[in-house]
Amino acid sequence: MKAAVIVFPGSNCDRDLKVALAQSMGRDPDMVWHGDSELPDTDLIAIPGGFSYGDYLRCGAMAANSPIMREVVRKAEAGTPVVAICNGFQIAMEAGILPGALLRNANQKFVCHDVDLLVTAENERFVGGYEQSQVVRFAVAHHDGNFYADAETLKELEGEGQVAFKYATASGEVTAEANPNGSMNNIAGIYNKAGNVLGLMPHPERMISEMLTGTDGKTFFDHLVHSIV
Amino acid sequence: MSEISKEIVAEHGLTEGEYGEVLTILGRAPNLTELGIFSVMWSEHCSYKSSKKWLKTLPTEAPWVICGPGENAGVIDIGDGQAAIFKMESHNHPSFIEPYQGAATGVGGIMRDVFTMGARPIANMNALRFGRPDHPKTGHLLAGVVSGIGGYGNCMGVPTVGGETNFHASYDGNILVNAMTVGLAEADNIFYSAAAGIGNPVVYVGSKTGRDGIHGATMASAQFDDDSEEKRPTVQVGDPFTEKLLLEACLELMATDAIVAIQDMGAAGLTSSSFEMADKGGVGIELNLDLVPMREEGMTPYEIMLSESQERMLMVLKPGREEEARRIFTKWELDFSVIGKVTDSGRMVLTMHGKTVADLPVAPLADAAPEYDRPWQKTRLSPVIRAEDVAAPADLGEVLLKLMGSSEIASRKWIWEQYDHMVMGDTIQRPGGDAAVVRIHGTGKALAITTDCTPRYCYADPETGGAQAVAEAWRNITATGAQPLAITDCMNFGNPERPEIMGQFVGCIDGMRDACTVLDFPVVSGNVSLYNETNGTGIHPTPAIGGVGLLSNLDRMTTLAFKEAGDIVLLIGTLTGEMGQSIYLREIEGREEGAPPRVDLAAERLHGDYLREMIGKGLITAAHDLSDGGLGVALAEMAIAGNIGADIKLETELPLHAALFAEDQGCYLATIRPENIEMVRGFALADDIPLHIIGTIGHTELKITGALTISVDSLRQVHAGWLPRLMTRPGNE
Repeated sequence: MKAAVIVFPGSNCDRDLKVALAQSMGRDPDMVWHGDSELPDTDLIAIPGGFSYGDYLRCGAMAANSPIMREVVRKAEAGTPVVAICNGFQIAMEAGILPGALLRNANQKFVCHDVDLLVTAENERFVGGYEQSQVVRFAVAHHDGNFYADAETLKELEGEGQVAFKYATASGEVTAEANPNGSMNNIAGIYNKAGNVLGLMPHPERMISEMLTGTDGKTFFDHLVHSIV
Repeated sequence: MSEISKEIVAEHGLTEGEYGEVLTILGRAPNLTELGIFSVMWSEHCSYKSSKKWLKTLPTEAPWVICGPGENAGVIDIGDGQAAIFKMESHNHPSFIEPYQGAATGVGGIMRDVFTMGARPIANMNALRFGRPDHPKTGHLLAGVVSGIGGYGNCMGVPTVGGETNFHASYDGNILVNAMTVGLAEADNIFYSAAAGIGNPVVYVGSKTGRDGIHGATMASAQFDDDSEEKRPTVQVGDPFTEKLLLEACLELMATDAIVAIQDMGAAGLTSSSFEMADKGGVGIELNLDLVPMREEGMTPYEIMLSESQERMLMVLKPGREEEARRIFTKWELDFSVIGKVTDSGRMVLTMHGKTVADLPVAPLADAAPEYDRPWQKTRLSPVIRAEDVAAPADLGEVLLKLMGSSEIASRKWIWEQYDHMVMGDTIQRPGGDAAVVRIHGTGKALAITTDCTPRYCYADPETGGAQAVAEAWRNITATGAQPLAITDCMNFGNPERPEIMGQFVGCIDGMRDACTVLDFPVVSGNVSLYNETNGTGIHPTPAIGGVGLLSNLDRMTTLAFKEAGDIVLLIGTLTGEMGQSIYLREIEGREEGAPPRVDLAAERLHGDYLREMIGKGLITAAHDLSDGGLGVALAEMAIAGNIGADIKLETELPLHAALFAEDQGCYLATIRPENIEMVRGFALADDIPLHIIGTIGHTELKITGALTISVDSLRQVHAGWLPRLMTRPGNE
């Protein structure tokens, strides 16, 4: 299996994502520079977290217009699996392959801590490694992760099984206290309609060993790799 | 050319005597650009003129020290061909004026110091001091500083893994923002700043030069008064995105062998970077200021040389390597300009619009910077306060709850959750423990990192306080199982022209020197920030210590969290019950009095080496040192972290309030599995270590016989609650 990690100026979780993918794949992913106009032959596209272009305009807006993203959008529409994490999620939205918007956190502050997530919808490729309604632990680290969508889109996401993860308590209750950023319906991650693009704010690549306080992220990547191979 | 009047000299912060020296060196009057250059080079901030005499007395060598003070940062050998490069630096004055940008650019500056030497930054730390919690400015300053530190570090993708925060009225008008960066480099690929190679190109890279921050170094060397906030325009603005690009571009170029020397443009910008490079290399430099990338039109030579615009570097390249270097910086969308060359003249010659705008001898200006032996007066010491001098409280449980929710001891989670402390995927011990532990990427070893200082001890007895700051850093590293290797110091004091302040400085250095020597913990880098005064009132003396240690086997790391029911709790060290300067005395009796706890460096060494050896043998399940709040608070912290209680019984002659809350030094708590007790005891006996079995872990309460029984949940609630409550008070949000 081959994977490609897209690197923008200001990406800073690219190495973490590379380490996580390499651990599950047994080989390094390709690191693809934003200025390239072609993607290497790949079975998975991963868009990492960070502060592409400093997030100076609107998070992800500049990166979404970089040459490589035209190619990423084309492949995503053709069905290549895409996982877009944190700033990558923001970029995927700006590029139009995922619906909704990510606003500034409700408390106006950067938040960095572990979060418990309820696996909300079935999607064999991305969350087949978990039990249905399992609670998994990843970590958030962002300033703009407050998920917003208009009423119609929200209804569609919930109705069509496109909500991937919701912020929850350790026992799986979706409560206001468990919501770190004010996201509508506690939404932490969503799929596109076709189910081949996953965007999420929490970082599975930060939970890939006991030493890093958890392995739920390792399970995520192990399964993803397994399901693509 | 305008005449240099007395007023202009005074505005530049030079004394009459210093100006006389300028005239002697030049043999003529300087022009304004030249005067500006002298002024920043001879400012306290750049020249260390009041502190140099004393700093020289600190131990700076050890077999593992690769580079001590004098370069951009200190370098130590951590084995396997790798080096750790680190330094702590203050950004106090700018942060008080504009907390977000002041703190952000402080973080940016210290990271540049570290990657200038060829290291990738792997961890940031900070040591912060604010005014009293209910001071009207404290909330605003704290919120801004934390947000600025996070804003810069988070964007750079370097984890901010820990630090310390104090609150005290002495910082009401002078907060302290000390930022530390630790980087990782190949030991045989470290970059220094000495320019060399006559004719070699001098290259400017990074951001363009603007008018921001002109005279930041002189501002940082003056006292505050009520108009200080009008100095806002001299605070620089940070651009962490550009710095991230600069980091990647520099490291990419450093992987080639094109660089001869490199220096970041920090305080006093192009002036101090070019002079330091020329002075260290014993050469001259010629710069054509027309070639400096500029953000604004019509900038004068004076402004170009004194600008403190951020995210800039100066390099000397090998001849013929310019295009290769240019390609890298262009790829990262950064300015790259050959602005001059190395000469054999020993002079700094600056030209602009075809005219010479400054022509100064390098060595006299850099080396003949004034050095003062300022008069100093030894601090008058306060008497020891013994247990019997402090009445027992009615309820020790209430006391513990009050201390856990007090400004010095309460959880700092509100702060560190605003820092990305996990990015780079190697943070093995997160903030909230004794020291942060960051794995060396791809290996089974790690660095333990801490920042420490107890300013109230330094104020009461500078010598003891200086020794205690170093000892506590050593102790915090030891408690993780790591071997302490070296420190960086960030010396924050008041006005050195006052003998009592200079006496605090001298005392702290004396204490630090003793501790560094006994603990084999040399100083490899540092920074001095003086004139931390507002309207004639100085801060508490604050020699912040940043310590780094090596954990060679990650499997042998300990944390402070209680682990398993049935584990036995041990106290290593001796309780004296001396209560002076304790948080107990301050919070419960409202007294900031007495002598700080004694620091017995020989015992400190013995106890720490013993604990580290036991951790190394895999016998210790949790460890934590005693510090603010003493034994009682340390027990509560371990219980909260492990979410499990303990049953403690103290066999002591001391009254319980003294045994529990005196801040005895050189002491640790450790836990072990019961089956290991004889082995641990045997080693203690052999080394003559005072070792006391004080209890067992279990249940959901912390129970101390004859003193208190409190649920771990209640302890956590008061500990966690204080800072969020402070920060949601009206006006602080």
